[in-house]
Amino acid sequence: MTSLPPFAIFYVGALLALVTRGWLRTALMLMVPVAGAVNLAGLPSGDLLSVALFDQSLQLLRVDKMSLLFGYLFHLAAFLGILFSLHLRDTTQHVAGLLYAGSALGAVFAGEMITLFLFWEMLAVTSAFLVLARRTDRARRSAMRYLLIQVLSGVMLLAGVLVRLNDTGSIAFDTIALHGAGAWLIFLALGIKSAWPLLHNWLTDAYAEATPTGSVFLSAFTTKVAVFALARCFPGTDLLIYIGATMAMFPIFFAVIENDLRRVLAYSLINQVGFMVVGVGLGTDLGINGAVSHAFNDVIFKGLLFMSMGAVLYRTGKINGSELGGLYKSMPMTTTFCIVGAASISAFPLFSGFVSKSMVMVSALEEGHDWVWLALLFASAGVFHHAGIKIPFFAFFAHDSGIRCQEAPRNMLLAMGLAAAICIFNGSYPWVLYSLLPMPVDYEPYTAAHVLTQSQLLFFSALAFTALKLTGLYPPELPGINIDAEWTYRRLLPRAVREIVPAIATADGVWRRGVLGGLNSIVEFLQGHASELGVLSRTSHAGTMVSWVLVVLAGYLVIYFL
Amino acid sequence: MQETTPHPEDGKRHVFDNPRNVRLVIYALGIACVVTFVLDFVIHRHVDHPWEALFGFHAIYGFCACVVLVLVAKELRKVLMRGEDYYDD
Repeated sequence: MTSLPPFAIFYVGALLALVTRGWLRTALMLMVPVAGAVNLAGLPSGDLLSVALFDQSLQLLRVDKMSLLFGYLFHLAAFLGILFSLHLRDTTQHVAGLLYAGSALGAVFAGEMITLFLFWEMLAVTSAFLVLARRTDRARRSAMRYLLIQVLSGVMLLAGVLVRLNDTGSIAFDTIALHGAGAWLIFLALGIKSAWPLLHNWLTDAYAEATPTGSVFLSAFTTKVAVFALARCFPGTDLLIYIGATMAMFPIFFAVIENDLRRVLAYSLINQVGFMVVGVGLGTDLGINGAVSHAFNDVIFKGLLFMSMGAVLYRTGKINGSELGGLYKSMPMTTTFCIVGAASISAFPLFSGFVSKSMVMVSALEEGHDWVWLALLFASAGVFHHAGIKIPFFAFFAHDSGIRCQEAPRNMLLAMGLAAAICIFNGSYPWVLYSLLPMPVDYEPYTAAHVLTQSQLLFFSALAFTALKLTGLYPPELPGINIDAEWTYRRLLPRAVREIVPAIATADGVWRRGVLGGLNSIVEFLQGHASELGVLSRTSHAGTMVSWVLVVLAGYLVIYFL
Repeated sequence: MQETTPHPEDGKRHVFDNPRNVRLVIYALGIACVVTFVLDFVIHRHVDHPWEALFGFHAIYGFCACVVLVLVAKELRKVLMRGEDYYDD
């Protein structure tokens, strides 16, 4: 069998989805990831497809353990996302979803940086349609902000690649030492896409404004491609450890007070990517394995959580914690699946987060980063608090909002059920996942100590929530938004422009009036002297000139004799 | 969007409408806490870090972390919170 690049299957699938309707499109779309996975299973290792572009050869299909793992993961995520969105009759979303998943596959199988850049930009453009498809004014503006930031990341990546090509003559997609403008540009480009602190608001902005099904796709691909690229280019870069620890810590404070439950999930997504970034920064076998396996599990459990909130939004039209509550009565199955996702992200024993997150933490300790370990432990308690308890509690339990709706559509339930099953399978039997990891695995998650300490951490975190709730200390869900780093470009900058432009206009007016006034007075002065009575237009006799010539000649004679 | 008719009385009594069941959940959590805490006596834990050797370290750290998290976040709200249409005007 000839081996096709995985992205091509998805792009062709998107084309077919564009021209088909009804059950035929449904069948086609479900077939795409299945056919892709079959193709993937038949791929040998190595650089399999190269295309010449000017004097560079582009490697479109590099297959190794790491790209294969992300390849399988993205096929799985695409299948779940497609299944979850089957009830839609929206060609935009179906086509954009397939193109987006295909672009993510293109990026992880890229053999050099130019191909990576091409798919990096395709990721940005195709995913923006999943936000635009909400078809509200808010979503449109959010999508534009999202697109601007994503394209900026792409431009920085390309600039960095070109600078490096000029300096070293190489476009290799491999380990890069962090010195020189080229390396830093690439580093920051990856940083924007993996939502580093202060560069993160595109994520909380767009993922909360996307369509109910769109955010399921969004949560799976963009940040994981960025983590993959970081693991390829900058493993063992110390700076990443501190960036990652900050990412794991700060979003949980925002998540606790955020009212929009999908934005809570977006903050928690940054927090989970923080663990992966720490793992990449540590760069040890255990750290990289932890980062990659946690990326795998995160795509599934975060996808599951976004699915459950998407189902709530789809059925009730509401997503704010302050407006929801008591939905377990109407949506018992969605509630159950959401709880499985919540247990997985919180890393309960037997659920998927348990077998991957701890690898990063143990690796941090082994490398002597005690404070980072403490920060990650804090973040682990925090993630249980906001994603594990807050999401299911305020959506499905808490006070009864009085909303009665239908259970989620069957295709949504199937997708959620499948994701939940994978969460439990990976958590209870991690060996399949471990066998796919890029580094040799020498890690045993189910030790008595690990199960006990993690249970203590989680039960006592739950106890803290209960105690705070019963004593009324817990902050209630309130309508409103919280300002974040995006304030600078959504408020400060527009305000500043609004203030500065009139000031410039005024100064400009004064200056123009001054210059014009000056010119006018010069013209008037000249006019005065050139008019009929002016000195320049006076007439005199020819004899006057002759006498002046005489005077000059006489003067010349005098000077000559002296 | 489907039917979202708010009707508090749908005639059915659900599991957590009964305060006894809510109390049961809280008791179960309390028991789980006590059991895992006591197990610290019984199970000889492998320790990666000296702080972990402290008795009940993860339990205490988890509890304190969450309390600190919530109380700090509550204070942050005073600084950060704005109206829902803050960016729209």
